[in-house]
Amino acid sequence: MVRSDYLPLLLVPALAFLALPLIGNPTTWVTLTIAALAMGMMIFVISSGLTLVFGLMDVLNFGHGAFIAIGAYLAMTTLLPMAGWMQADSLTLNLAALGLAMLVAMAGTGLLGWAFERVIIMPVYGQHLKQILITTGGLIVAEQLIHVFWGGDQKPMALPTALRGAITIGDVAIEKFRLLAVAIGLVVFFAMSLILNRTKLGLLIRAGVENGEMVEALGYRIRRLFVAVFVAGSALAGLGGTMWALYRETLTAGIGSEVIVLVFIVIIIGGLGSVGGCFLGAILVAQMANYTGYLAPKVALASNILLMVIILMWRPQGLYPVAKR
Amino acid sequence: MINAVLSGDLPRSRVLSAALVVILVVLASAPFIFDGAQAINTSAKICVFIVLVASYDLLLGYTGIVSFAHTMFYGIGGYGVGLALYGWGATWSSAATGLVLALAAGIVLALVIGLFSLRVRAIFYAMVTLAVASAFAILAGQLSDITGGEDGRSFRVPELLRPGFRLIDAPVLGTQITGRVIAYYIVFVSALVLFLAGLRIVNSPFGRVLQAIRENDFRAEALGYRTVYYRTAANCLAAGMAVLAGALNALWLRYTGPDTTLSFAIMLDILLMVVIGGMGTMYGAVLGATLFIVAQNYLQKLMGTASKATEALPLLPNLLHPDRWLLWLGILFVLSVYFFPTGIVGKLRQRRG
Repeated sequence: MVRSDYLPLLLVPALAFLALPLIGNPTTWVTLTIAALAMGMMIFVISSGLTLVFGLMDVLNFGHGAFIAIGAYLAMTTLLPMAGWMQADSLTLNLAALGLAMLVAMAGTGLLGWAFERVIIMPVYGQHLKQILITTGGLIVAEQLIHVFWGGDQKPMALPTALRGAITIGDVAIEKFRLLAVAIGLVVFFAMSLILNRTKLGLLIRAGVENGEMVEALGYRIRRLFVAVFVAGSALAGLGGTMWALYRETLTAGIGSEVIVLVFIVIIIGGLGSVGGCFLGAILVAQMANYTGYLAPKVALASNILLMVIILMWRPQGLYPVAKR
Repeated sequence: MINAVLSGDLPRSRVLSAALVVILVVLASAPFIFDGAQAINTSAKICVFIVLVASYDLLLGYTGIVSFAHTMFYGIGGYGVGLALYGWGATWSSAATGLVLALAAGIVLALVIGLFSLRVRAIFYAMVTLAVASAFAILAGQLSDITGGEDGRSFRVPELLRPGFRLIDAPVLGTQITGRVIAYYIVFVSALVLFLAGLRIVNSPFGRVLQAIRENDFRAEALGYRTVYYRTAANCLAAGMAVLAGALNALWLRYTGPDTTLSFAIMLDILLMVVIGGMGTMYGAVLGATLFIVAQNYLQKLMGTASKATEALPLLPNLLHPDRWLLWLGILFVLSVYFFPTGIVGKLRQRRG
């Protein structure tokens, strides 16, 4: 990865200032921009694992959406008996309940990711066509199993008391949950950057993305590394799914398919396999979604396709292409 | 003679031939042997899906490209004809104009997407098409002034195809020849012709190049074939066929809307049909589509009965609930990708050899 390439970073402020005259009202613009940051963080949490898995092992998991949905459902199930903590007027209790639910979601989806890797993906390494088909099949089965266990109707997913509503600074209203989402997203991003850039494990992962064969030749078992990354990626999808469901405050079995389109756009824009690109791509996509969602809601998703097309015309391999591809 | 009609690609299995003949005969005589509306609707749906699945097989099975935008082209066909008949009156000329516009739009869109993303890699194309198709579906649902939004549009078809129309006053072989029967035969004959055309394409030199690209694109390129050109051409052909299938479907249903043409569920159905029938064999499309749609219509009733019978047990009635039939098909799909990637047709042909 080229470290000194800061040009794509300018896209975020560029897009923001381009939107300002179109939106007109500065307070609305600030609210929208902060909403975009929060949404971008959630999408980043969901997509980071997917892009790393692809970079490391050339596996693209179309079933990633299932982990998003299952994580959200697990969190909802955990939150049910903790209704007392959620309704208590205490930030500590609220956060404890949420934290516990997120941990359960992550543990559940991580475990599921491990099983998914064993059963579904292991037999089809190196065969793209079969990978796409098999993981899509896995997605169908997982979505149907959600219907079996939790039923198909829409479930409410209420925010805890202390996180409801908004903080107003001057004229600008910022929803509290969005601040939490930004915080979690930043923690995940910095933790990931630290692990990838400052630990031996991260060094091996980065080396594996660049040239897996060489890492194997040096005596490291890249398969174990890959399973670990896959499990971590699935757990992050579960975490992201929980956040997304709380953000929407409702939950349906289709939540995974709904987000996965944005996730794909993000990892294409960022450059398949690149975590930094994924972070930037997530913010850009969320900005686009929020600005156009306000200006012309009917074309919100189409505008993101346009964004993808423009970026790919500029850099056909994504913002931060990974060296070997 | 048969050899020429089938472009030299014979079924090569006795069981398969027998199944194909049965399907052909039943579909050809459906209005005369079935009474109820449901059976005729099922037959027409099978005809439309054979074309749709065969065109998808041209991409997936023969060229090795995974596209998630096939329903988009199907929808373009449906909306093209549907909106033309709705807006410009129920005449043949408006239907034809709508069809031509839809074909042009579909092929241009396929060309643009193909040139844009097929250069890179199969996996890239799958993601791009998924994104574009979702955006298209949402757009079609949102622009309700033009498309009728989520409700879709019901429209009138030309006089000749209406249920009230009588070709001959007296019934033929006990069946009144109404406009619906004529519409059915238009669907059936078009589907047959398009299927045979598909068979012709995959067995032409062009089709051989596509198969070479599927097997090893690097080698095909080294032999001097411009793989981007061939892939894009296959993409456009498949898109064109899907547009025609969508137009047939709209003519038959006299309705077009997002749920019947654009939804992701239909895309998954097409995938299941291709894989279960047999990738890379046009006949797989016939078998896959027929089995799937018959199962969809009749298996669900069976599952309902089974679900009721096991009511006392935990979880089992939920697993057997008629709405959960996709669960079992999904499992079947995963298993068939592993254990018999050539599908039913491949298995049948293997037994012979």
